[in-house]
Amino acid sequence: MAPLAPRSGDAVFANVERVNAELFTLTYGAIVRQLLTDLEEVEEVNKQLDQMGYNIGIRLIDEFLAKSNVSRCVDFKETCDVIAKVGFKMFLGVTATVSNWDAEGTSCSIILEDNPLVDFVELPDTCQGLNYCNILSGVIRGALEMVSMKTEITWVRDMLHGDDAYELRLKLLKQVPEEYPYKDDE
Amino acid sequence: MDTNDSLRLASLWHSMHAISQQLSPVVGCNGVELLQADNFDLHCFQSLTGTKFFVVCEPGMLHMEALLKVIYELYTDYVLKNPFYEMEMPIRCELFDLNLTQVIQKDRVSLLGR
Repeated sequence: MAPLAPRSGDAVFANVERVNAELFTLTYGAIVRQLLTDLEEVEEVNKQLDQMGYNIGIRLIDEFLAKSNVSRCVDFKETCDVIAKVGFKMFLGVTATVSNWDAEGTSCSIILEDNPLVDFVELPDTCQGLNYCNILSGVIRGALEMVSMKTEITWVRDMLHGDDAYELRLKLLKQVPEEYPYKDDE
Repeated sequence: MDTNDSLRLASLWHSMHAISQQLSPVVGCNGVELLQADNFDLHCFQSLTGTKFFVVCEPGMLHMEALLKVIYELYTDYVLKNPFYEMEMPIRCELFDLNLTQVIQKDRVSLLGR
């Protein structure tokens, strides 16, 4: 029998090697700052962060699968639950909640109340368009793409912009079947 | 075995694995997991992302699924986290080789010690 999917990432989180949270937060801050200097345009920085997240996500997913013992999810709902409860806990040490499902079950919100990336951050007026945590949405997009789900992820609420929580909107665009690209009659 | 040999072996196995999926009378078959021959066993593990790992061993060796899982973890730690490894390319990571050898030797010791 396949092992039961864990309901939380606590066990894995306790077993993986961790770094000092402050070092992590400050390193991420330094990266964003450097991107702002290099690229100048806030929009470009958003794009770059998303791309960096994507590149992380396509590799991170394997570590997640190898160490969390989750088995194949039956639907997108379960996938989102696993991301929020196990994924966020395992890699960021926080848990998120999933809510606001649409009727078709293809889009939902992941809400983060605690976000270690922003511990010391205040956005200046010149950077109001910046999605400071855009790397996270990229990570999720990349990770899901590796398990054949094309998604679109947008930030709905952001505490740095004065909202009361972080809200990521996940939309499942299509599920790519894992078939081999050949047909019998070709 | 040099890189070309590994590539040849891997792509051969990849195709056989794909064919087995198509031939299977069972819906939702995930391909061959164990191939038993007269003088060797081949255990294969496919991750949910589609990466396949296989080990060729003496017939009847036990705990190969566990070994493959350990190898998957090593792959995520020492290959995927290496910033200079490019995805989908042959693995040339010394740390991976080193840790892989260690794991297999440990396995062998525990088997012989019984």
